[in-house]
Amino acid sequence: MQEPDSSSVSIVIAGSGGAGVMTAGQILLEAATSRGFYGLMTRSTGPQIRGGEAAAMIRLSPRPVQCPGDRFDILLALDFENVQRFAAELPLDANSLLIVDPAAGDLPPFLKDSGAPVVYLPMAKLAKTVPGGRMSMIALGALARIIGLPESAIVEAVAASIGRKRPDAIASTEKAVLLGAANAPEAEAAKVALATTVPMERWSITGNEATGYGALIGGVKFVGGYPITPATEILEWMAQALPRCGGVLVQAEDELSSINMAIGASFGGTPSLTATAGPGLSLMIESLGLAVASETPVVVVDVMRSGPSTGIATKSEQSDLNIAVYGLHGDAPHVVTAPLSVSDCFFTAQWSVHLAESLQTPVIMLSDQSLGQARVVIDKPQETSFPAKRLTVEVPPTAYERYALTESGVSPMAIPGLSGGQYTADGLTHSPRGTPSSQAHDHIRQMDKRQRKLTSFDFGARWAEIDGEGELAVITWGSSSEPLREAAAAARAQGIRVRLIAMRLVAPPQPKLLAMALKGVRRVVVIEQSHSGQFWRYLRAHYDLPADVVPIARPGPLPIRPAEALDYIQKGARA
Amino acid sequence: MNRMLTAAQEFKPADYKSSVKPVWCPGCGDHAVLVSFQRALAELKLPPEEVAVISGIGCSSRIPAYTNCYGFHGVHGRSLALATGLKVARPDLTVIVASGDGDGFSIGGNHFLHACRRNIDLTYIVMDNRIYGMTKGQPSPTTEPDWDTVIAPGGTGVSAFNPLVIALVSGANFIGRGFSGDVAGCTRLIVEAVRTPGFSFVQLLSPCVTFRPDQQKEWKKTVHPAGVPETDDPGRAARRLMTDDGLNLGILYRGKRAPCQPRPSTDFAPTCLESEFAA
Repeated sequence: MQEPDSSSVSIVIAGSGGAGVMTAGQILLEAATSRGFYGLMTRSTGPQIRGGEAAAMIRLSPRPVQCPGDRFDILLALDFENVQRFAAELPLDANSLLIVDPAAGDLPPFLKDSGAPVVYLPMAKLAKTVPGGRMSMIALGALARIIGLPESAIVEAVAASIGRKRPDAIASTEKAVLLGAANAPEAEAAKVALATTVPMERWSITGNEATGYGALIGGVKFVGGYPITPATEILEWMAQALPRCGGVLVQAEDELSSINMAIGASFGGTPSLTATAGPGLSLMIESLGLAVASETPVVVVDVMRSGPSTGIATKSEQSDLNIAVYGLHGDAPHVVTAPLSVSDCFFTAQWSVHLAESLQTPVIMLSDQSLGQARVVIDKPQETSFPAKRLTVEVPPTAYERYALTESGVSPMAIPGLSGGQYTADGLTHSPRGTPSSQAHDHIRQMDKRQRKLTSFDFGARWAEIDGEGELAVITWGSSSEPLREAAAAARAQGIRVRLIAMRLVAPPQPKLLAMALKGVRRVVVIEQSHSGQFWRYLRAHYDLPADVVPIARPGPLPIRPAEALDYIQKGARA
Repeated sequence: MNRMLTAAQEFKPADYKSSVKPVWCPGCGDHAVLVSFQRALAELKLPPEEVAVISGIGCSSRIPAYTNCYGFHGVHGRSLALATGLKVARPDLTVIVASGDGDGFSIGGNHFLHACRRNIDLTYIVMDNRIYGMTKGQPSPTTEPDWDTVIAPGGTGVSAFNPLVIALVSGANFIGRGFSGDVAGCTRLIVEAVRTPGFSFVQLLSPCVTFRPDQQKEWKKTVHPAGVPETDDPGRAARRLMTDDGLNLGILYRGKRAPCQPRPSTDFAPTCLESEFAA
């Protein structure tokens, strides 16, 4: 495997809980950002609720990066507590550098086996010489010196996070940072190429925050939610943000309740959302059918994690595609979307609200842990305008029909409070008026109408991101897109012509659009992060693909890295 | 919404009646509950379009379509969650939830606890016939332990659930019991339940003529008005509810808990939050 991108530096800070690993990672990212860098930070922790081993993984680059790199240039271990558990997540090699505390004891086997040179920094000892000094700040000072980032950037970032009210804490931290820098071991390591200018208008945002913000911009004013890893941050962020913007969040007693609260609020005319992960989505499925039948718009964000059952709650996988697409009983047309990167959570959430409101049907947005809990520094996304726009009744006709058989399938919705618009929304098969019916004609006409809403709707160019030319195409979706984007660029640099099709709209399928996108393509490689090839099987069911299809499905929890993605492209390019 | 303009308007019970014919069996107690409901709304002078009737699944949950209000006939057991979302998003509406003993106390039991605890301004009417009628005669949480059914020959052997006690200890602000055969009493209970802020729970004994054919006659004989006036003392109410015969009718508890109504603090455009993300 080859390194497709050498213009970034990847650093992991590892240690036991309470050592300040995550804070140190966050400060390093902020410090680098202040000097013009872009970056990504992901986190990995042990199963403990509090404490336990932790790793902050940071990738810095002079240009935007939104997925983990192939390997780590530097590992800094505050201690070796259970660090061995991260072995599979931390690719290190002879060109990496290990910075360790001499008091930490013997190197864990995977660090020894990596062949990476070791340098020693007595972080614990140095920290003791500064009143109020912490190991992690010694570490940051040394790290900054080694990668060529000015120590002042670290000091400023720490000061910003501590706040002005504690000048003594800032002073002791500054001392610790400078002491770490002064004692930085002499070592050959990847350096960050200092940016000459600091770009304007950048965001530092996590996928879960971007989802919440996108939903708000899209018009969401009500959230019903139940805590679940790794979606909780969406709820927590929105709980703070919504009340400032005319909305509210209610913490429900379970997911059965949270989806129904959202449906109830939406029935009242309020664009609504809930966020959950696979186990919660499983509980919501029956009520999603109700939203389909009653034609009530609602957005469900599923931040996917490894399944089935409780699986690995803190790690990613793209394995909820089947339940999102096929989970509902009966014939229940609905929409499934997937953000293509951390920053795209902002757009896709907004778009999902727009689709739910326009089509009066539920939209399931399949984000995942690798997007939701990653923080990126990106250019401020371009303004997009997909406001919530629900077709409502202003002046009801004398015999108002809530489920009128319209050409588009979308029927004007009366909002409670409107005189003459009264109707009963129902999960029972109903007549256009909404009256329960067990008649074949009502059943068939209403199903036709609900299907028609999706088939007659123009989803526009946003259904997929397509770039590149050639007879080889890679089709992927959601979070696998970003490593593939990097890999496709690397492949093109090697002369491999490859077309990348990253699907943002999973359902309803768009066979005509894909046929156009596949014009001239002879071989297709399908790449996804699932064990059973859920996406590939879905494509086979709904799309005309060339005869030559190479399915590549591999489960989580480890991320698909650009080099692995490049390997798939290179293999696909061989005749 | 336009309550100010319509406050003086007079309504008749017929104004709350839809043209849809109920699926209930002739003689079912739910017919009388529907009448009480319509009379109560007329007495409350609520414009039909400002009332939402929310239900789950079961015989009683069919009621929304028989009214001329906005209605939502949802999935089994989740009516309180639908209603909570609606009321939080639309505090201007009067939201009334209709349920039965299976929908409300079995599959929807957890939501019952939390709706009482949350104390949002909802009125929860449970038509209790101590049987699953729609699926043709299985025991519900309020069925007597020795009631013989096909699915539980000789009875379930499980003691019946006391929903009023549960409501009280979970925090409901209004608790009442009525009998469908007493339309005036049911009407009064519904009126008072809607008028009382917070979560109001009304159990209406509503006989099932098909699967419990003796219920109507028996209840008619045995129900009796509560012998003592309503109380706002939860301790006194607890003793009364724990020791009564389940046939005691009237307002059995009316508390003073302030209702919960989450509200936005400001109404800024969401772009006001963008600065949070500035790198």
